Formats: sequence, structure tokens, C-alpha cells
Amino acid sequence: MEGKKGIIISGSVVGAIAVLLVYLGNPANMGFCIACFVRDIAGGLGLHRAGVVQYLRPEVMGLVLGAFIMATKNKEFQAKGGSSPTTRFVLSVVVMIGALVFLGCPLRMILRLGGGDLNAIFAIAGFVAGIFVGVFFLDKGFNLQRNYKQPKYDGYVFPALNVGLFILLLAAPAFLFFSESGPGAARAPIWIALAAGLIVGGLSQKSRLCMVGGTRDMILFKDNYLFLGFLSILVVSFILNMAFGFFDLGFEGQPVAHTNGLWNFLGMTLVGWASVLLGGCPLRQLILAGEGNSDSAVSVFGMLVGGAIAHNFGLAASPAGPTLNGQIAVGICALILLAISWKNSEFLIKNKG
Amino acid sequence: MKKIDTCGMSCPQPVLMAKKGLEQSPEGVEVIVDNTTAKTNVERFLISAGCAVSVEDHGELTILKGKKA
Repeated sequence: MEGKKGIIISGSVVGAIAVLLVYLGNPANMGFCIACFVRDIAGGLGLHRAGVVQYLRPEVMGLVLGAFIMATKNKEFQAKGGSSPTTRFVLSVVVMIGALVFLGCPLRMILRLGGGDLNAIFAIAGFVAGIFVGVFFLDKGFNLQRNYKQPKYDGYVFPALNVGLFILLLAAPAFLFFSESGPGAARAPIWIALAAGLIVGGLSQKSRLCMVGGTRDMILFKDNYLFLGFLSILVVSFILNMAFGFFDLGFEGQPVAHTNGLWNFLGMTLVGWASVLLGGCPLRQLILAGEGNSDSAVSVFGMLVGGAIAHNFGLAASPAGPTLNGQIAVGICALILLAISWKNSEFLIKNKG
Repeated sequence: MKKIDTCGMSCPQPVLMAKKGLEQSPEGVEVIVDNTTAKTNVERFLISAGCAVSVEDHGELTILKGKKA
């Protein structure tokens, strides 16, 4: 019971801080969005030139460093890696493309619903469908093989990079890109955003909060532990959005969203499927990377590159809807996922051989 | 009792391996884990599967023994 209390408190705090961040300046229904924030960082570093989504989001640095501090304090910091890193990189690119066709990671999907954006219902349906596909392959023996112990300092590199990124943000040299309008210009104050990330990062590390894990464990083991975190975020963000007057029920005119149900569904199908294969949602990858897991660090680099690709190739949707390039990319990504799922599922391969 | 080594496997593999092990050896399983997440997840799974669970700490490794009552 102690454990269940922990995940409910963590989820509730995440939901509350997310709405507070919107109140303090973040884009609407985007207190946290790992996909959007990593994409903003890609833009801030100049990896893509979509002028409205460029900023070094301090929430991301906070999440990583919060997880690092909590893991170190509880002696859970372990430098490890080597579990199919290149495959994980590609899976993470796919996650980003899917998330940017919908316009949000699984965490923002819940926050959008908590803000009254009914388009998120199609996304949740797609997300769950994708998780079912991923679980099908888990049942067929899908795994990315084991990881190995790495030198301790290797685990410190990713948290250190995030310290460096935060210093860059404070120094704000002219070679960085900061949006002057659009979502990238909607920002909570730097130190508050960092603190929000630190708190949520610490809690997520401790509770193992994971958006994809909630549904996956319900299907696989009838275990509702992580699902309670998912529900807590939804309930608390809904209540606070009502209290702050942010709640706006409907499909049309929702902030940083489009109304194409089919592509909201398909985008999040990719995210659910690829996240099951990765073993966790984008938030969880950031947390694990902070705990010293270099496979998850590689996943975050994949998300960074995926964010850049999504904008450079015109794959990301906009409030006007998904692009043709984006729709083609979703199809290609589904084929990539099918190949990765098939080739890493031990029972499917054995039966063939 | 079937022994299962989950070292190096990441979430949710340790629980899947424990589940499969328990199907093959319904009287109980012994699961070796190398991180706290796997430890709590496998422990929670074994309890929900109706096992009495004992936990032995061996430094970086933990051995969870789940016996069906």
C-alpha cells in the first residue's frame, strides 16, 4: 500500500506542477511535454530552424538532474548500457515522429485531456492500440538483450551534459536560437522551470512513473501500480485546470493541437508501440538516463535527432493538421517498427529457423 | 525450484521472465535481480501470483524466492 500511495502522490504532484507551469508562462496544456521540450532544445541548438519552437527547456535539465540526485541519494545510480543502443536510437526517432504528428508525448496527451482537449481521446485510443501491438511482440519473446556494467564516469556524462546545457541557457550566447513568438516563446521563469523539473525528476525516479508502463502492466500482469500514476495526473490536472479557468472542453481551437482524429490516433499508435519496445515512455527515458543508463541516454539523443528530422523534413503537424510528409513518415516508421519487432522476437525467429 | 537470472535485463523483462518461469514451474521460482526497479516489480508480481516471497540481499544482487502456498 505504501508503494501505491507513493505513485498516486507522484502523479498528483506532476499533474499539479504541470498546470502551475502553464500558469507561470508555459504553452497551454504543455506544463510538461517531453517530446515538445526535446524538440525545442533541438531548435535552440540550431538542429532545426522552425522559428516558433526553439528554446532550451530547463524542465528537461531538471528532470535529468532530479533523477540523478534521487538515484545517487538512494544508492540506485548504476552506470550500465550496451542493450542494442542503435536500435534504441532508431526507436526513439520513431517515437518523436509519432509524437509530433499528434503534437505531444504521452504525458502531454494526458495533460491535454485534463485541459478538456477531446482530440486526446483519439490519441489515447491509438496509444493503447500501439501498446497492444508492442505487448503482442513481448509475448513472442521480444527483447533488446541485456545491458552490461559500464565505467561509473560514463553514467555521469549525461547528467553533466545537462548541467552544461543549463549553463548555456543562462549564458544565452548569440549562436543559440530562442523563439520570439509561438510555443517556444511561452516560458515559465528559468529557475522555477528548473525546480519543477528537479521535483518531478526526483519523484519519477523514486516512483518509476511511466506513461506506457501503466497500460502495458495492466495488459501483461493485471498490475495497476503505474496506471494509478497515469490516472492521478489526469485527475489533478483536470481539477486544477478547472480551478485556474484553463479548462476548455471540445475539439476545435485547442492550444497547440489539430483536430484530425485519424492521425492523432496513428501518431500515438507509433509512440505506444515503440515505447513498449524501448521499455518506457519519453519521460522514463530521461529519468533512466539520469540514473546512469547509457541506453536511455542514447534514446534521448535519438529523440533530439528525431525532433530535428521531424521539423527539417516537414513531418511535424501544426494546428492546421498533419502534413503529407508526416503521413508518409508514419507509414515508413510502422514498417521500421515491424522489422525491429519481428527480428528481436526470439520465438518468431526460432519458429522460422 | 526454477532459477531465473534477470541480470542486465531492463523493464519489463524481469517480470516477464518470472511469469514464464512460474508457468513452467508452478511450485515456485528463484529470481536473481540486479536493480531496485526489477526487485520491486518482480516482488509485486510474485505476491500477486499468490507466492510467499523471501528476499536475500547479496550486495549488488538480490535473490527473490517465491513459493506457492
